[in-house]
Amino acid sequence: MSRLALVGVVLAAAFALAACGERPQVVNYKQGKYAGKPDTPAYQNAPYSGDRAAWERALATRAQAQNEYQRIK
Amino acid sequence: MARMKFLCDAERCIECNGCVTACKQEHDVPWGVNRRRVVTINDGVPGERSMSVACMHCSDAPCMAVCPVDCFYKTTEGVVLHDKDLCIGCGYCFYACPFGAPQFPQTGAFGVRGKMDKCTFCAGGPEPDGSPEEFAKYGRNRLSEGKLPACAEMCSTKALIAGDADVLSGIYRDRVTIRAARGTLSGPPWGWDAAYGAGDKTAAQQAPAQQPQPAAPAPKS
Repeated sequence: MSRLALVGVVLAAAFALAACGERPQVVNYKQGKYAGKPDTPAYQNAPYSGDRAAWERALATRAQAQNEYQRIK
Repeated sequence: MARMKFLCDAERCIECNGCVTACKQEHDVPWGVNRRRVVTINDGVPGERSMSVACMHCSDAPCMAVCPVDCFYKTTEGVVLHDKDLCIGCGYCFYACPFGAPQFPQTGAFGVRGKMDKCTFCAGGPEPDGSPEEFAKYGRNRLSEGKLPACAEMCSTKALIAGDADVLSGIYRDRVTIRAARGTLSGPPWGWDAAYGAGDKTAAQQAPAQQPQPAAPAPKS
């Protein structure tokens, strides 16, 4: 009788704790990984069309416009 | 290319708020949201210093670490961006950010928080570059047009500069060495005096000396 009660208690405890897990609620969710839409690199589309070197050159030139010791001599 | 960064020279900033205005205009930022703002220390006191602050696109960004839905990502250029479709507006990033960069539009009743909005380094977000959807959610994508952030390009005194960290270091190095070579300052154009003023430092140094000294023990009779 006491064994039956013990089994009953164990089963009840297992049932009661069944909802205590923290299961992922997003499909293919990876903890700590970006889960949003993918983004394309800034140089991917027009006017650079994937030419990363040209894009970097354009930005470097543009950045030097902030250096007044280069612009005004 | 190293990493995209902002650099603000407190010696040059004149608190004109041109960067704030340029940002709001460029991205059509809604009322109540300031992606960039100017912070002034000792406002109105001689020697006050101002600094333009926005998202600093941290190398080890705390907002990314605390986001419960992992809506943040970092581009190969080091720009920290986020997906507004994923954001739940919990505000954890706001508490984690040391610069107060994340902003939340409060257009609903009872001050309901909306999707987080922050500086994108004018790099848009995870929508097709230059698309109306990208503009509506994140603002204009100037980086994909080969341009730098509007705030820095509009800065009249060039206190705020933006771009590749290596290039910015070079620009600042030029300024420091040329200023030092001219000898127009009493002290070197870097360090505490250049950033905060010599007067404040003198006062801070004198403060401990003005503290009351413990009374000498009475001579034993």
